[in-house]
Amino acid sequence: MMASETSPAPAGTIETADFANVGRAAWWQRGFFASQTAYVAVALAAIVVVMAVLSPAFLSPGNVANVAKNFSFIGIVTLGMTLVIVTGGIDLSVGSVMALSAIACAMAMQALAGTGLASVPFATMALAILAGLGVALLIGLANGLLVARVGLSPFVTTLGMLSIARGLAYAVTEGRGQTPSGPDIDAFYAFTDGTILGVPMAVIYLLGLAAILGIVLHHTAFGRHVFALGGNEKAAALTGVAVERVKVCVYVLCSLSAGFAGILMTGWLGSAPANLATGYELTIIAAAVIGGANLAGGVGGPAGAVIGALLIEVIRNGLVLAGINAYWQIVLVGMIIILAVLVDRLRSGRTA
Amino acid sequence: MALLELRGVGKDFGAIRALSDVDLTIEPGEAVGLMGDNGAGKSTLVKIIAGNFAPTHGSIAFDGQPVHFTRPVDARNVGIEVVYQDLALADNLTAAANVFLGRELRRRIGPFRFLDHRAMNRRASELFAELKSETRASDVVRAMSGGQRQAVAIARTRLSDAKLVLMDEPTAAISVRQVAEVLDLIRRLKDHGVAVILISHRMPDVFSVCDRVVVLRRGRKVADKPVAASSPEEVTALITGAKEAA
Repeated sequence: MMASETSPAPAGTIETADFANVGRAAWWQRGFFASQTAYVAVALAAIVVVMAVLSPAFLSPGNVANVAKNFSFIGIVTLGMTLVIVTGGIDLSVGSVMALSAIACAMAMQALAGTGLASVPFATMALAILAGLGVALLIGLANGLLVARVGLSPFVTTLGMLSIARGLAYAVTEGRGQTPSGPDIDAFYAFTDGTILGVPMAVIYLLGLAAILGIVLHHTAFGRHVFALGGNEKAAALTGVAVERVKVCVYVLCSLSAGFAGILMTGWLGSAPANLATGYELTIIAAAVIGGANLAGGVGGPAGAVIGALLIEVIRNGLVLAGINAYWQIVLVGMIIILAVLVDRLRSGRTA
Repeated sequence: MALLELRGVGKDFGAIRALSDVDLTIEPGEAVGLMGDNGAGKSTLVKIIAGNFAPTHGSIAFDGQPVHFTRPVDARNVGIEVVYQDLALADNLTAAANVFLGRELRRRIGPFRFLDHRAMNRRASELFAELKSETRASDVVRAMSGGQRQAVAIARTRLSDAKLVLMDEPTAAISVRQVAEVLDLIRRLKDHGVAVILISHRMPDVFSVCDRVVVLRRGRKVADKPVAASSPEEVTALITGAKEAA
């Protein structure tokens, strides 16, 4: 817009024509509609429709419940992962944390069953779950302090922690799966693997946590600071954001989400094997990225985490129903990650 | 009474004396251009005033009170704000979010404190209107021009009602048209009684908005005079050392 050159504005005022070239984008180019999350949601809906048409079994109550439960474990951790990714970090240790927390929970429950606490209703279950979450908290704290305070790279720190936590899971169990047991075992299964009005508990936790994360990210100062860290960490520090504290918090929360999902899986499997959730970190990171979280930081949200995790599970499930070799799902997930990011790049054009 | 008064301020980094024996007085609402070649001590001086580090020698008084800054927040608390060269903005946040970054307005709902988006957008809009900038509070910074980014960074200093704003090369990397916009913003700050220290390499900027020009060379103040009594030629000579002092 060159209007100001042909008609000079009066001295002392800012020429409004200068701003004419930064007008508002069309509605479909801004806000939620412009996000990767939105069109991945559209893709997900399309895939669901296609599958429902191709396979009558896809929308059967049994299959829907199965898909819902399977994706919820991944989805819960994807929420935590999204938080870390928004700050520009990464957490590779989540799969190992799922296993170690599950094992800590199952072993604590076994150990407490023989103590005086066994007669207190729900005490052994509550303490066992706290033990599992406590382990996750400590690992998250270690990750967070090493990244935020010592300044190590998140990739290397959590890669090390992946190995440490997995090694510990094998070492403390000597490779044997740990079965939760004790007076509260029925309550434990109800808490982790039950249903409310037919909805699996894992789904309820996922949706509840996603809602909480959405509120925290968009309506609290902490959430604002998480985005600021991913956008410009130096700016955040200069303006007085407690950068270290926010970083430690996101690694702790991510680890806690992994620990919680690990405990839920223990209830589902009836056991906590040392190889639980091996390799899940990649699926979880993939889910976050497919859902629109940007590994460069500053972009992401709970809706994307849920949609990304669901998309991966729907495709996996669809391939199973179609009778396609399960190994192909791994190939397909990889292709979807690249496709999702590619489409985002093409769609946003120069501004990417 | 002077707003800022530096007496014999010096700074040593090990054996290197980056700044020696600088006296500098800034009056309320005054714009002072700080000029000098690279390594002349401009950024050392600014960092001392901004509280990034303490001077090795000398004393500083702000509003008549002796002050000892050791952290930037000390300086900010008395009313000194810095607009950084790279503007220190988070591109992925809105203008309002950047203005309020680190000091968000919140309201209490039960035991929780939530962001008060409406109040922050309204206050940010007021600040932009006050600066006569058409920056929209709810727009994301990524899509903004250099001039609008400056408006966001400057609005941040208005938010805290700063008495002294330090601006580090605000016109270094923006287009000619945006430079005019930024110089307008600086005049607007002066209108509100805010003192400005403008660090710049650009002679026309200093001569168009500043009341006084201070020249540093090799860590020493070699000139401090009203712009009306000086000229770009003289300042250039002072910066390069062709003229010893004025």
